[in-house]
Amino acid sequence: MMRIAYRHTLWVRLSHWVNAGVLLIMLMSGLQIFNAHPALYWGKTSHFETPIFSLTAILAPDGTMRGITQIGAVRFDTTGLFGASQTFGQIGPRGFPAWATLPSWRSLASGRQWHFFFAWLFVANGLLFIAYAVISRHFQRDLLPRQSDLRHLGKDIADHLRLRFAKGAAALHYNVLQKLSYFTVIFLLGPLIVLTGLTMSPTLNAAFPILLTIFGGRQTARTIHFLCAFGFVLFFIVHIVMTILSGPLKNLRAIITGRMAIKEADNG
Amino acid sequence: MADTPRRAFLTRLAAGAGAAVLAGCDKITQSRRASDVLQRGAGLAYRVQRLLAGPNALATEYSKADIAPVFRANGTVDPGSDSYNAHVATGFRDWRITVGGLVDHPLSLSLADIRAMPARTQITRHDCVEGWSCIGQWTGVPLRQIIARARPLSTARYVIFHCADDMNRGGDARQFYYESLDLTEALHPQTLLAYDLNGKPLPVANGAPIRLRAERQLGYKMAKYVTGMELVADFEKIRGGKGGYWEDLGYSWWGGI
Repeated sequence: MMRIAYRHTLWVRLSHWVNAGVLLIMLMSGLQIFNAHPALYWGKTSHFETPIFSLTAILAPDGTMRGITQIGAVRFDTTGLFGASQTFGQIGPRGFPAWATLPSWRSLASGRQWHFFFAWLFVANGLLFIAYAVISRHFQRDLLPRQSDLRHLGKDIADHLRLRFAKGAAALHYNVLQKLSYFTVIFLLGPLIVLTGLTMSPTLNAAFPILLTIFGGRQTARTIHFLCAFGFVLFFIVHIVMTILSGPLKNLRAIITGRMAIKEADNG
Repeated sequence: MADTPRRAFLTRLAAGAGAAVLAGCDKITQSRRASDVLQRGAGLAYRVQRLLAGPNALATEYSKADIAPVFRANGTVDPGSDSYNAHVATGFRDWRITVGGLVDHPLSLSLADIRAMPARTQITRHDCVEGWSCIGQWTGVPLRQIIARARPLSTARYVIFHCADDMNRGGDARQFYYESLDLTEALHPQTLLAYDLNGKPLPVANGAPIRLRAERQLGYKMAKYVTGMELVADFEKIRGGKGGYWEDLGYSWWGGI
């Protein structure tokens, strides 16, 4: 017996899709900004000789341009992807490739315009979602992991590894791994990426010097900001993979229309 | 297996839609109108940050141990014109800085006049719009002293800084660097006309003989090679109308983030 169940409220669906679009623009315009100085440092200031991460271009002995990714003391040749990549058939020095940045051509000014416009939408959407989640008890009911959830953590990990996903009525609730990852992204990664972003503002440094104390300096904040963005990308990849593995059309329908078809009395 | 073609189709559809959206974003970036809308993000940041920081919140000052061995220079590192080179040759003896516009008492100050005024020394972090930071020690005259001496009219709202570096060197029309601050930022206690870096006269690469320090702003706001200041009510009729060389090229006037 199939039954149509109500899975996601309108508010959850709206903020999900607004967030998806806004995050994509924030990521790509962020990579554009990063490309203006594709190196990361730890501390108050930039120690230009010793970045902890950098994407640079060098000329090889044979005269070809190579892209070099450096993490700590380790260097990788990443020609074509990081450090040096092609635009219009021509290889040139470029941190992240043109297809990953907004706009695709090199423009720090435009990247900043996009980033600082959509940052307001990211924060507004995030705050509205959190307010909704707490008031409607979506947070307490569906997102906050319970003790009973945590007791099932081992079994849930084993189930995920075997690609066995909840069916029937159980699919109408988040499992503990979902709760933990959504909780982490919404309540830790989100605020952290906003705060480290604000810590890069010299005016806000003057208004709230404590931001520099908390994060250990502007360049550390910039590095954490970048790591958070990387965290969002990782979350996105896992999120998409899990959606596909556990029934892409069923999940897509649920997050668009709010409705999900489930098998009654069949939990196999 | 049956749904493999469907899956391939959906994948291609998603990839195609993604590429179309990104091409659309590229198009939007090129539109003047859309870029004006996007620029409002920075306009909102201006109002909110002004409110949060107020007129007097100070930028963090650092210790001598934090000073970078070499202060990184960016933008123009040598104006290189004949007249500038002549000033370098004479140790900027004849360099003058004018203060005009909406003031009761226009000024023309020599370097010696400026060095004779009460000075402030501060070790601060310079944040480039590109993302890097560098710490240096600056000595100079708080700009508020010079503005007070020029006695601004009540209609003055911005200070325009005119500079000696031509950004279109070798081109037909000269395009000297220029910048602007609102009076709140110009009167801030750490805003200086700086003449010393790390205890020595400002090197050419860093804006000799005089550069602006506005410690709550990004580097492009801090004009180098300053030749004059002009107090104005608005900057819509000046050059590109956006309040600075980089602003006319799309950078936001508010350089606080």
